[in-house]
Amino acid sequence: MDKLIAGKTIQVNEEGFMTNFSEWNKEVGEALAVENKIELSPKHWELINYIQSEVKNEAALSIRKIGKSGIVDIKEFYALFPNAPLKTATKIAGVPKPAGCI
Amino acid sequence: MTEYNGELRKMMIILSKASIENVYAAFVLANGARMEGIEAEMFFTFFGLEAIHNKKLDHLHVATVGNPAMHMPTMLGGLPGMEALATSMMKKEMEKLDMPEVREFLEILKASGVKLWACKLAMEMFHYEKKDMFPDLDGILTVGDFYNQSAGVGTHMLFI
Repeated sequence: MDKLIAGKTIQVNEEGFMTNFSEWNKEVGEALAVENKIELSPKHWELINYIQSEVKNEAALSIRKIGKSGIVDIKEFYALFPNAPLKTATKIAGVPKPAGCI
Repeated sequence: MTEYNGELRKMMIILSKASIENVYAAFVLANGARMEGIEAEMFFTFFGLEAIHNKKLDHLHVATVGNPAMHMPTMLGGLPGMEALATSMMKKEMEKLDMPEVREFLEILKASGVKLWACKLAMEMFHYEKKDMFPDLDGILTVGDFYNQSAGVGTHMLFI
């Protein structure tokens, strides 16, 4: 479905995840963060960039993997994105929701 | 569905067994709750205590006897070394799925904000003390304490 955000129309699924990554830009990311009640710090951006590059390389994302990314440990990840961290971070990054259970 | 429109707020997971498939099921459910922004607490009772016993938690096994889903005759499952074999096969498969070992999983659960409680009665029954257990354990509770921990709308309880 269409969604108007940051002066741009983007495609999202019923859970609000973007379905066309080419429509993502920093402003869209910032606006999605506001919607998810996250104030983006440099650490958040570092994670968003990491998530985007992992997805680009078709690597599966998990909480465990984020903890081993060298950017944050798992506790810090939950502190940065307190409510459903992996879901929220991927949503802001404009990539699909990770399908894994761990 | 009147409470918060049926929204799940907190999962209270009771683990009473320590065969590795039960332990992982409980851990995945607790971790999965946190991943969705749902609170989670775990209560380890009876043999479930093995999963947080510092000297035992690294050596948990799959149950090969009395487990029809193993598709193995019970007599065969009881042979020496069978549990170890089945366990190492299962661990290999789990590693492929990026599943951590029990100790690392406990650390992940703690880092994710899951509370870990040991059952007081079972601790006494097995003559365990807090110092014998996983160091990050939140404490030792009676059943009543655990029910108090569970207070609030949107809490669901699960016994494994």
